[in-house]
Amino acid sequence: MTTFPEFIQQNEDRDGVRFSWNVWPSSRLEATRMVVPVASLFTPLKERPDLPPIQYEPLLCSRATCRAVLNPLCQVDYRAKLWACNFCYQRNQFPPTYAGISEVNQPAELLPQFSTIEYVVQRGPQMPLNFLYVVDTCMEDEDLQALKESLQMSLSLLPPTALVGLITFGRMIQVHELGCEGISKSYVFRGTKDLSAKQLQEMLGLSKPTAAQANRGPQQPQVPPSNRFLQPVQKIDMNLTDLLGELQRDPWPVTQGKRPLRSLGVALSIAVGLLECTFPNTGARIMTFIGGPATQGPGMVVGDELKTPIRSWHDIEKDNAKFMKKATKHYEALANRAAANGHIIDIYACALDQTGLAEMKCCTNYTGGYMVMADSFNTSLFKQTFQRVFTKDVQGAFKMAFAGTLEIKTSREIKISGAIGPCISLNAKGPCVSENVRGHQEQQLCLIHLQAPLCIKLSTFYFFLQHNAPIPQGGRGAIQYVTQYQHSSGQRRIRVTTIARNWADAQTQIQNIAASFDQEASAILMARLAVYRAESEEGPDVLRWLDRQLIRLFMFHLRRSPFLQVFNNSPDESSYYRHHFMRQDLTQSLIMIQPILYAYSFNGPPEPVLLDSSSILPDRILLMDTFFQILIYHGETVAQWRKAGYQDMPEYENFRHLLQAPVDDAQEILHSRFPMPRYIDTEHGGSQARFLLSKVNPSQTHNNMYAWGQESGAPILTDDVSLQVFMDHLKKLAVSSAA
Amino acid sequence: MNVNQQPHMASPYGQPQPGYQGYPQSGYGGQHVPGGYPAPYAPYNGPASAYQPGPPQGMRGPPTSGAPPVSAAQAYSQFGQGDIQNGPPPLGAPPQRSVFSQPFPTAAPPFSAPGPTQPPGPPLASQQTFPQAPPPSQPPFSSAPPQVPPASYGGPPPPVQASHPRAAPPTSQPAAFPGGPPPTSTPTQYTGPPMQQPPVSQPSSFHSGPPPPPTSAAGFPPQGGAPPRPPHPGIQGPPLASQGPPMSQANHVAPPQPGMLAGPPVPGMAGPPPQPGMQGYPPQQNGEYCRYSCCLSGSQASDIPPVQKTRHRIDPDAIPSPIQVIEDDKANKGSEPFVTGVRGQAPPLVTTNFHVKDQGNASPRFIRCTAYNIPCTSDMAKQSQVPLAAVIKPLATLPPDENSPYIVDHGESGPIRCNRCKAYMCPYMQFIEGGRRFQCGFCSCVTEVPPHYFQHLDHTGKRVDCYDRPELSLGSYEFLATVDYCKNNKIPQPPAFIFLIDVSYNAVKNGMVRIVCQELKTLLDYLPRENPDVQSNIRVGFATYNKVLHFYNVKASLAQPQMMVVSDVADMFVPLLDGFLVNVSESRVVIESLLDQIPDMFADTRETETVFGPVIQAGLEALKAADCAGKLFVFHTSLPIAEAPGKLKNREDKKLVGTDKEKSLFQPQVSFYANLAKECVAQGCCVDLFLFPNQYVDVATLGVVPTSTGGSVYKYTYFQAQSDQERFLNDLRKDIQKKVGFDAVMRVRTSTGIRATDFFGSFYMSNTTDVELAGLDCDKTVTVEFRHDDKLSEETGALMQCAVLYTSCSGQRRLRIHNMAVNCCAQLADLYRNCETDTIINFFAKYAYRCVLNNPTKNVRDSLVNQCAQILACYRKNCASPSSAGQLILPECMKLLPVYLNCVLKSDVLHPGADVSLDDRAYLRQLVSAMDVAESHVFFYPRLLPVHKLDVECDTLPVAIRDSEERLSKGGIYLLETGLNLFLWVGANAQQELLQNIFGTPAFGQIDSNMTSLPILDNPYSKRVREIVESFRAQRSRYMKLMVVKQEDKLELIFKHFLVEDKNNSGGASYVDFLCHMHKEIRQLLS
Repeated sequence: MTTFPEFIQQNEDRDGVRFSWNVWPSSRLEATRMVVPVASLFTPLKERPDLPPIQYEPLLCSRATCRAVLNPLCQVDYRAKLWACNFCYQRNQFPPTYAGISEVNQPAELLPQFSTIEYVVQRGPQMPLNFLYVVDTCMEDEDLQALKESLQMSLSLLPPTALVGLITFGRMIQVHELGCEGISKSYVFRGTKDLSAKQLQEMLGLSKPTAAQANRGPQQPQVPPSNRFLQPVQKIDMNLTDLLGELQRDPWPVTQGKRPLRSLGVALSIAVGLLECTFPNTGARIMTFIGGPATQGPGMVVGDELKTPIRSWHDIEKDNAKFMKKATKHYEALANRAAANGHIIDIYACALDQTGLAEMKCCTNYTGGYMVMADSFNTSLFKQTFQRVFTKDVQGAFKMAFAGTLEIKTSREIKISGAIGPCISLNAKGPCVSENVRGHQEQQLCLIHLQAPLCIKLSTFYFFLQHNAPIPQGGRGAIQYVTQYQHSSGQRRIRVTTIARNWADAQTQIQNIAASFDQEASAILMARLAVYRAESEEGPDVLRWLDRQLIRLFMFHLRRSPFLQVFNNSPDESSYYRHHFMRQDLTQSLIMIQPILYAYSFNGPPEPVLLDSSSILPDRILLMDTFFQILIYHGETVAQWRKAGYQDMPEYENFRHLLQAPVDDAQEILHSRFPMPRYIDTEHGGSQARFLLSKVNPSQTHNNMYAWGQESGAPILTDDVSLQVFMDHLKKLAVSSAA
Repeated sequence: MNVNQQPHMASPYGQPQPGYQGYPQSGYGGQHVPGGYPAPYAPYNGPASAYQPGPPQGMRGPPTSGAPPVSAAQAYSQFGQGDIQNGPPPLGAPPQRSVFSQPFPTAAPPFSAPGPTQPPGPPLASQQTFPQAPPPSQPPFSSAPPQVPPASYGGPPPPVQASHPRAAPPTSQPAAFPGGPPPTSTPTQYTGPPMQQPPVSQPSSFHSGPPPPPTSAAGFPPQGGAPPRPPHPGIQGPPLASQGPPMSQANHVAPPQPGMLAGPPVPGMAGPPPQPGMQGYPPQQNGEYCRYSCCLSGSQASDIPPVQKTRHRIDPDAIPSPIQVIEDDKANKGSEPFVTGVRGQAPPLVTTNFHVKDQGNASPRFIRCTAYNIPCTSDMAKQSQVPLAAVIKPLATLPPDENSPYIVDHGESGPIRCNRCKAYMCPYMQFIEGGRRFQCGFCSCVTEVPPHYFQHLDHTGKRVDCYDRPELSLGSYEFLATVDYCKNNKIPQPPAFIFLIDVSYNAVKNGMVRIVCQELKTLLDYLPRENPDVQSNIRVGFATYNKVLHFYNVKASLAQPQMMVVSDVADMFVPLLDGFLVNVSESRVVIESLLDQIPDMFADTRETETVFGPVIQAGLEALKAADCAGKLFVFHTSLPIAEAPGKLKNREDKKLVGTDKEKSLFQPQVSFYANLAKECVAQGCCVDLFLFPNQYVDVATLGVVPTSTGGSVYKYTYFQAQSDQERFLNDLRKDIQKKVGFDAVMRVRTSTGIRATDFFGSFYMSNTTDVELAGLDCDKTVTVEFRHDDKLSEETGALMQCAVLYTSCSGQRRLRIHNMAVNCCAQLADLYRNCETDTIINFFAKYAYRCVLNNPTKNVRDSLVNQCAQILACYRKNCASPSSAGQLILPECMKLLPVYLNCVLKSDVLHPGADVSLDDRAYLRQLVSAMDVAESHVFFYPRLLPVHKLDVECDTLPVAIRDSEERLSKGGIYLLETGLNLFLWVGANAQQELLQNIFGTPAFGQIDSNMTSLPILDNPYSKRVREIVESFRAQRSRYMKLMVVKQEDKLELIFKHFLVEDKNNSGGASYVDFLCHMHKEIRQLLS
């Protein structure tokens, strides 16, 4: 048998699943004692180029409450053409299409290597993808120009049959009618008045996709339904390009001392409403580009007086953010509506100040949308990130999926107690769902129907073991993830992943269980749990909770990370960081918490070094990757050399190589990551060096500068405790924990 | 004779319109029957038959046999019938006749008129002609001419003369009169004849009002054998009869027309007549008043068969003629300039062409008063009942030879004003203490003269610079206003014009959208501006709408206009600001592209529902957003029934007409628009509404905003691009180009003793003194009524100052001041001597038209009649020398009051016919409320011009004739102008040459009655006629569509509606009847 680390790796590669424990304790009591819950990190749409989609539909268990999919774990009676559901033990007859089944002729879904398998649903019309741009026009001309160009560029990246729409907003909201000749036409709404989908439908003169249309669908799949506002790219490519080109800055004058009036709340509402009444349950993205906070109407985040600054954490704690609650409620309602229809909301916020991401986070979080924050639309950070949204895989399909739902089936012994990730609950009740979500009260997600799992690398599921009777030794608990989604080709697909793990009695097989512990996964799981709590509770409480739960080295960094620390971060930034933390895969999440630090010097090849102030040496170049930032730091001496221009002299070519090495590595990271990180090139004493200094362990501070003697790292001016102090304290606690 | 002839004609008329016939029939029949018609008729029959042959041969001879056979034939047949019937039961036939009898006879004479070529004849001849002319006329054509002259010139005079010569006979009549007065028995009889008394004998006839004339006719036969009614017509038409009639006239009208004559009639003609008149009545103030004896001979009844008890027929020519008065005024006052310096002097009539010299009082073009001598005390005013009012047209356009008001700049401190009453510096300010102070002429308060304005006085106490400063020497001038006079103390932005075009199905289908868009392209170059060299400062914006609104971004930087749809009509807003209101020259390309595309964009629209409230709201919001005043041009087609604020429902219910609930039809359906209007006024948003309805649109409600904001409503019912385009476009052009001020406030200050108490017009008032006009153009008139609140003194007279603060089209804030001083009188006679009937009528009409909002129309009519009766009775009582009660004595200045008043009473608003829609009435009601005197005059008493008498050589117009069918000649062509409509009536026997010249075809039958403009022919006649038509149009604020009405054509019914001296088919009294009625009323008041 392979070692656990190998097993884990293999599992992750094949199914995109990692469990905190790979052998499960067989009773609830034991599970509770283990502190780290049994939970999985699951990537629903893990890229599997090797996985051929199956061109027929999955075979479901006939028990109405189960409906699990036939999988390799099922027992099959080839002679009787029967199969037993491994979740509910229901015996099911194979349908006629499986008549030829036998031990030697097994369908793919029964082969053990296809624990993850993807079906293509052939029924129903192929629905087009919708991309609805929601564009803020209250921004500097330069920004607007850059944005316009990005948008125009994006048209060429869309599949020709995809439908696009355009909504612009400033003081008013304009829904542009596409494909009209001559005069461009748009419907205008005032930004202070929210509209229900029905009102909107009347005002835009839309009719719901009628039955006739729906019926016609199958016969003429090549003619996707469209309306005046959402039209196929191939048809209105030029038109829309012109339209975007003619976009003007919001024409309403902004008096001095005021923010421009920006009706983001209503604009989003209209976007959601428009899709709601035209393409319900069809894949759609609402891509929102904002250059500042909403300043009027429902969803406003701040007033238009410049003298009142946008809320900070301080205000929020003091309950001074008077728009916050209302705005959050507005966006939450929108997010729920969008999610219920399988529509995604992306937010691209580019402004130097906050834009209200804290209020709007649910829009992206519930719907699986992207949240991108940058300083300007005219930065490569935005431009490349945006471009990367449309990345395609080898088959030329988008690396995104639409309108997905994720259903989880479990063995009887185990139930789901919640999920954390870019999803919302469909509030379905079922045998797999725990009725009492003890232990994770904060998660009221009773059923985990995942919405729009498009770029979700990972969502976390917590399972709640419910054993009424001890489980027979050697038995296995199984979990089946069924993900239905709309592929970017328009097909509906179903991906089924079935996982089984052994049960073990904690008393007798504690070593087994311990050996199966996945430290990394657990760390992330706990971190997410903490962040989740942090979202709903106040900071210090969460830290205390975390401290009580379990403490490891990595928790030191977690405590200091922006995910939990709000000091020095705006509410928007916190939301942004948390958003990404919740959905990146394990490795990336780890980086976020504990940034990676590489050192480049003449002393040898690049090496990872401790994230410690002692690593900051004058003759080194450091490359730090915090996921959001890629930072190259030139030590004092190196910086001086560089300034002196040694790299340009042929005799110091090696220096040039040294300088180049981290840059090349950084580029590599930059190219692969979404969203694109901020790239920082700085040096000792540079203002941007603060990003590095704030991350490293302050083993040397102004307080103990000389205490460490010989090795001279860079002292950090901070009152934060260093890891050493933290560990000392921790040890003390651990020992006396009995108390 | 006549009678016979008439029926003959009548039948053709009647046939086409059953309604018409029906009416008369019922009315007549009733009357006749009781009246014992048979008898009177019998005699007629004889002559009639005899005559018959005559007319047909002479005049219609050809037609009967030829072209018009059908009608002719019918006519004949009927005639025949008539004849037959005539003998026995008058029931069937008579009615028709009676009705038409009038027209016919008149028609005949005019016909002969073409003869104008024989000018010599008329004047002198006229007298003779009268009696004699007829005979000659008989001969087919040649006869015609002779007759003509009398008709045209003599129109007025002839009668007079006729009467005069017969002055002698009067005696006989006098006898009748005395008879009349005789209390006991007579009174009743008297009254009877005029209106109701007679009922006994001819009850039905009388009640029906109009019929009287016929009755009289009936009565006549016995007398001379010549029907009374036909008399005039008869006279001219039927030669044979002619002799008879004169006689009869003489008899009846004997005491006639001193008054008429008094007012010097046409010079030539006048000569003789006046004298007789004068002589006849010398005792009384010369020419001061006119007496008309109503020939009501109760006593005569005795000599006439019972039936005829009725009364003697009044000769229409014997009663005051508007034409006469107009011509007299032209002759007397038209030649020399009117100098405004003299206080208390009535200006020439509006119909007279005159030149004004401003010498301290405002030109009558700006202000006209009902009375130029105001009674000193309120008691006198109450007694006389003469309304004291001024009709003010603050921005009136002046003829090119008169200077528009000078602009005065008093510098930064603004115009100099009285400290107490805030009156502006004007010629009535008395400088005292060597010029250091001035005393206000209005309130007598003494105010310091600011140092920079100081000037020494000369020996007469006048400032030395008096004549250098308009504000010290002129009646009208303008001040530049300072920032203190601006809204929010901010210099106003240049105003904006916003065009809001209905693009619903109807609008597209009837071609309106295309026409408007096409026209705007050129029209935008003609936006109002103050200096013709520079471009207009006015910005423009465009929006279209049906159920939703479409705004257009036409910013200059765009390659294509952008359309922005606002469908949230419940909560209107403007979607954009920057590109909506633009400068025409900058955005020309984009605008043109837009206007080109609009018609195509909506060409296939299926949307039939429209909104209206939100449309105005949208314009208002746009102006608000741009922080400027402006004007909305709304082009609208249908009742706004789409779900939106201001939604209306169809409430047209003809059954309510004539009931107490009728008033509700004039009131707006919902209060929404009144509130909206208030907001508009606050922003200075004036709304002009162009309506193109196919059915009821509720003008009463839709018009609220335009009429409250100083805007106009234009209505083009059943608009058809082909035929109505020209009218609409001309209206639009005029409307856009005309001089206009925005965000105006008007205040009228008066000297102590009187006060402006009531205002009429298109405006809004938030308090009792300030008239707020969101927009004020050169055609808008405000009528102000004054009341006493103290005594006035004869020495100082009464002063009024009308100050209008407005924003000019270039965005300059200005004050226009009009000053007016009138005399105060202690004698009522002075009041009556210096008043202006046209203005009084203007006031009465506006007053009555407002009253219908709250009172049943009948009450309104009654109170009008009552007030006029009181005015006249007061005169009779206090100013006229005693005379028999049977005489109707009218003040010279008011002798037309009855005829004009009758026109007001008969107007569609106060007395609608069955075919007048509610919308029309509401439209006219609103229209009249902002009319000036000239417009109201022609509106109520249309101008009827005998085109066939045109002298191509000279550029004077032929003298107009009175609005009565009797005066139309079958051989003539007449142009009738009402200020809103223009008719060219072509007599069936019009000269071929004339037709050829004007219409390009010699055949009557080939004239296309659908033509809206005259063919352009290269002959002086055609040219001249077209010139006249053009000049008429140029005089009016609205373009008049030309309708060609052929005699006996369907359209003639409409045309006849404007012959206001005749009774109309909805029951409006004829002039003669009404005069009798007035007389009765007066006598009742006096007794």
